[in-house]
Amino acid sequence: MIRRLRTVPTHVLIWIAGIFVVLPLAYAVLGGFKDTGQLSVNPFGLPAPWVPENYTDILAAGSFYRQLWNSVVIAVLTTLLTVALSALAAFAFARFAFRGRELLFTLFTVGLLFPFAVAILPLFILLRNYGLLDNPLGVILPQAAYGLPLTIVILRGFFREIPREVEEAAIIDGCSPFGFFWRVLLPMARPALATVSVLAIVASWNNFFLPLVVFNDPGLWTLPLGVQQFQGEYSSDTAKILAYVVISLIPALAFYAVAERQLISGLTAGATKG
Amino acid sequence: MTKTFTGPDARRPALPASPSRRRRRPAAPRGRFLTAFAFVLPALVLFVLLVLAPILIAAYLSLYRWNGVGPPTNFIGLDNYLRAFRHQIFLGDLRNLLIIVALSLLVQLPISLGLALLLNRKIRGRAFYRVMFFAPYVISEAITAVLFSLILSPESGMANQLLSAFGMEGWPWLSDPDTVMISLFLVITWKYFGFHMIIYMAGLQGIPKELTEAASIDGANPWNVFRHVTLPLLAPTIRISVFLSVIGAIQLFDLVWILTGGGPSHASETLAVTMYDYGFRRTQIGYASAISVLMFLLALVFALGYQRTVMRRDVQGALTTMGGGR
Repeated sequence: MIRRLRTVPTHVLIWIAGIFVVLPLAYAVLGGFKDTGQLSVNPFGLPAPWVPENYTDILAAGSFYRQLWNSVVIAVLTTLLTVALSALAAFAFARFAFRGRELLFTLFTVGLLFPFAVAILPLFILLRNYGLLDNPLGVILPQAAYGLPLTIVILRGFFREIPREVEEAAIIDGCSPFGFFWRVLLPMARPALATVSVLAIVASWNNFFLPLVVFNDPGLWTLPLGVQQFQGEYSSDTAKILAYVVISLIPALAFYAVAERQLISGLTAGATKG
Repeated sequence: MTKTFTGPDARRPALPASPSRRRRRPAAPRGRFLTAFAFVLPALVLFVLLVLAPILIAAYLSLYRWNGVGPPTNFIGLDNYLRAFRHQIFLGDLRNLLIIVALSLLVQLPISLGLALLLNRKIRGRAFYRVMFFAPYVISEAITAVLFSLILSPESGMANQLLSAFGMEGWPWLSDPDTVMISLFLVITWKYFGFHMIIYMAGLQGIPKELTEAASIDGANPWNVFRHVTLPLLAPTIRISVFLSVIGAIQLFDLVWILTGGGPSHASETLAVTMYDYGFRRTQIGYASAISVLMFLLALVFALGYQRTVMRRDVQGALTTMGGGR
């Protein structure tokens, strides 16, 4: 009994933090079911009556689906490109001795220190010269390039831990380096590949700055850009914007529910190594 | 590729180089170098073109006065840099950076650490709380900003309605230059404290239970156990969390741009917002490039200095979490 009581302050503190986190989200979900009049008279109670139109209007119009699709395509292609190129490079860094290896690897790790925002203006000029503005590749390629350092560092660490004997056995069985990489190393590295893929997907999914400068054409907007533009368009209709916020959060939170373990292990992988 | 491999190497089964530097092997044959390089090349090309080149381009453009049309011809040396250090808005950006970093270290860090300590104990619903606190991290900054711009709006916003429900007066969350940074920090905390908490929890898991137990058996009270056992052992994790907060603060854009646009009257402007404003709206590309370069140098100097003086061994760890938070 006393043990029980002693955890009460703990739970109180945790609940305060929990309310801080949940209240804005709950407000958005319920607010989406109100009309603007209800929202100002009755901000915290349940909607009376429930007004589903905010949600159904958005789901009936096409722009949400198009933005969702754009976000998905860009995230998937970014991730494939990042992970494929990083895996090849990490393989060389982990399992070959060659002159200049440490130098090259250091070059990539320095890339970790480049804040994305630093490069956005010259990137814009580069993409303009290559004719990649208003082109999904204009977002995919830079995102992949910026994803390389982190992905290479994580994968290299993982590849190094695969025992030498495995590689020797593969070679004796007649595997080429690429054959070993493709048929032995990658299948063994599946958990690490899942982790870096989840990190790349989340980074791409949440990117706002790059799509903001690259995409003028509303048909190419991703969800973060779409939500921001939607707010500009319906500035007076708070309830409708709340509904759009909620709908656009659902895919991200659903993905989080599925990939929580990979995400957290990826983010903390390095932090504990200390 | 295959040829070089089945050639000289196949006769030496021990070939694939040990990655550790301690067991250095004789210089690798040229064929191996080419094979390895072929694996690195695609990543290297993309990295050089889109990560390294932009920095060099920014450095080049920062020496010109250029509006983005035609080739830059008006060379002005370091004038853009000199201008920045006399520019009230730029200096305000630096002040705001310091405010965010200070608040992150003094408020967000202790909250995250405290919650990590609470959740590190065996309490019911622990996994659930962890998932809940971390959830805002996966919500994009842009969408977070849209949500909070509604919550913090002066009349109909949830925050002020909450205050009035408790009989308090409305608060000028985003419209008062004196307090806008605190509101901004509140939103940053909402989004990122769970991320730092997760890092601390991972760090705490790495501390052997025997150590804290031994200290308690020896008569240390909980505060002393924390102060003299847990905290020192958690130091590398804390350093990484601080590092990520600072690097994140340097490039803060999405939240500020959507919540306040840097206002009112530039009171919440950040380096990236100023850069965007001058680069994309006023098309003073040269000046905006100079701000980009200064942001880069700030991040670089901080990272190198921090690594030298504070982090030493654990920088590798920090690097892998750079996907990071602020």
